[in-house]
Amino acid sequence: MKRAGVVAWNTFREAVRDRVLYNLVFFALLMMTAAVAVGQISIGIDRTVIVSLGLSAISAIGLLISVFLGVALVSKEMDKRTLYALLAKPVRRWEFLLGKFGGLVLTLAVNTAAMAVGLLLVMIYVKHTLEGSDAAVLVAVYFILLKLALIVALALLFSCFTTPLLAILFTAGLYIVGLYVQELRNLPVQVMSPAMSAFTKWLSYVLPNFENYNVMAMAAHGRAVPGALILQNTLYTAVYCTIVLTAAAAVFSRRNLK
Amino acid sequence: MPGPAIEIENLTKEYPFGFLHLKKKTSLEGLSMQVETGEVFGFIGPNGAGKSTTIKLLMRLIFPTTGSARILGKAISDVEMHRDIGYLPEQPYFYDYLTAAELLDYFARFHDLTAADRKDRVERMLKKVGLETARKIQLRKYSKGMLQRVGLAQAILHDPKVVILDEPMSGLDPVGRREVRDIILELKRDGKTVMFSTHILSDAEMLCDRVGVIVGGKLRGVGAPGTLVDMKTQGMEILFELRGTSNAPLLSKATRTGDRYQLQVAEEELYAAIEQLRGAGARILSVAQVKATLEAFFMNLVEADRAQASAVEVSGK
Repeated sequence: MKRAGVVAWNTFREAVRDRVLYNLVFFALLMMTAAVAVGQISIGIDRTVIVSLGLSAISAIGLLISVFLGVALVSKEMDKRTLYALLAKPVRRWEFLLGKFGGLVLTLAVNTAAMAVGLLLVMIYVKHTLEGSDAAVLVAVYFILLKLALIVALALLFSCFTTPLLAILFTAGLYIVGLYVQELRNLPVQVMSPAMSAFTKWLSYVLPNFENYNVMAMAAHGRAVPGALILQNTLYTAVYCTIVLTAAAAVFSRRNLK
Repeated sequence: MPGPAIEIENLTKEYPFGFLHLKKKTSLEGLSMQVETGEVFGFIGPNGAGKSTTIKLLMRLIFPTTGSARILGKAISDVEMHRDIGYLPEQPYFYDYLTAAELLDYFARFHDLTAADRKDRVERMLKKVGLETARKIQLRKYSKGMLQRVGLAQAILHDPKVVILDEPMSGLDPVGRREVRDIILELKRDGKTVMFSTHILSDAEMLCDRVGVIVGGKLRGVGAPGTLVDMKTQGMEILFELRGTSNAPLLSKATRTGDRYQLQVAEEELYAAIEQLRGAGARILSVAQVKATLEAFFMNLVEADRAQASAVEVSGK
């Protein structure tokens, strides 16, 4: 575990030095513009607009980083052969993978936290105060981070056995499908054969459910997010990430490097 | 008497290729050999012979189709074995956003060293490979030769018992090559086992206690550079100077460079040849024995392998 921590810290350092956190400048500019504009175009719904815009921006920026950097975590190391010297050290391949995963999740956590602080500052600017119901915004940000962690795990898995381009397509595709698993589960069974119905139901449980992470509307309208959902999403992410990372480690441990 | 440091048994590596991976290319075929503790072992062969494949198999960067290997008595699948092994990859490339000092410190962290020990070792290694003044420059600004030096430093940073170097002289200027040679000899003096691959035969002859010659994925010979080749005298070489012209018959067989001539004759014909040359007015500069070199041995194997490959190709048509 200590070795995975060493890899994670270096992955974080790489992201910082490769100026990944520069996206915060973009986010800051977006939120400043929104804060000025919202007062002039929206009457009485300033908070809703700001929260929706802010959370959407946090999610979109995080998605881009998690998909593209998630795929590059291993594929870049293999392409540049930087992991040859590393794997000759007393470090197991799963420790390397876990470290890469942990490093990018740490990067995303720092990035997301910084954007959340920015969002709260803009909310204070617009409303001149923060209320208890604004805690839902923090829960929404936490759910975005959980979602991003799961996406990183999936990107890592795909990059272990396919090309970077395909891994990006698979990850993005699975994310989009994962937004609609509820619809898949509720397909009209009366028009399908029992076998097909069972299959779609099974598929809806196997595919990652990204729908559950979306509490933006609740946060925007200041409604409290149920504690049970927080616990459920936390456990779901932990279990799903463990399964995906185990599969990634199984594939990567048998992979011949170039 | 310590046992062998590296034991390789019947190691074979095949790569599937083509549609559905139904065809197979053999990169290494039934390699069996040992590297003794404390020796410098050179693994020589032309490009694509299987040198790097063997080393990558030992480092578990790729996995064998069949066969096994042990280093310091431990199976290569045992990750703890890597505590006592240093490895320099071929044409190494490292995290270019790090400085040399940061990279060495990063690698040292995998060896459970204390912070003070890490700092001390990093400083010593940078000095040893001549990079102490470039220690704070990011690796993206390093030349190929400097990266090779960093690679060497990270390979010996943790004071390993066995050092495996894949083409350590590659990309280095004459000064750099000399420094690497000195480091290898220093490792030998310290009782380390060194195995390195190279296609520069003079380096192998100069440094190695034993060499293994690999051609076409097969080991063709293992032994001390002197015993591996036939050490019998293959003739005598006469170097002489001749001003003006002469019609001595031997001159037609000599190679001329300016006023100097080089002539190779059989050992029993030496004195007669010298008499004839002196009679023609030549001044004898030197007489030396001609012996088979490692290069000649190596080239014979490469040519035989090429001939065999083309014979197989012709019979397959």
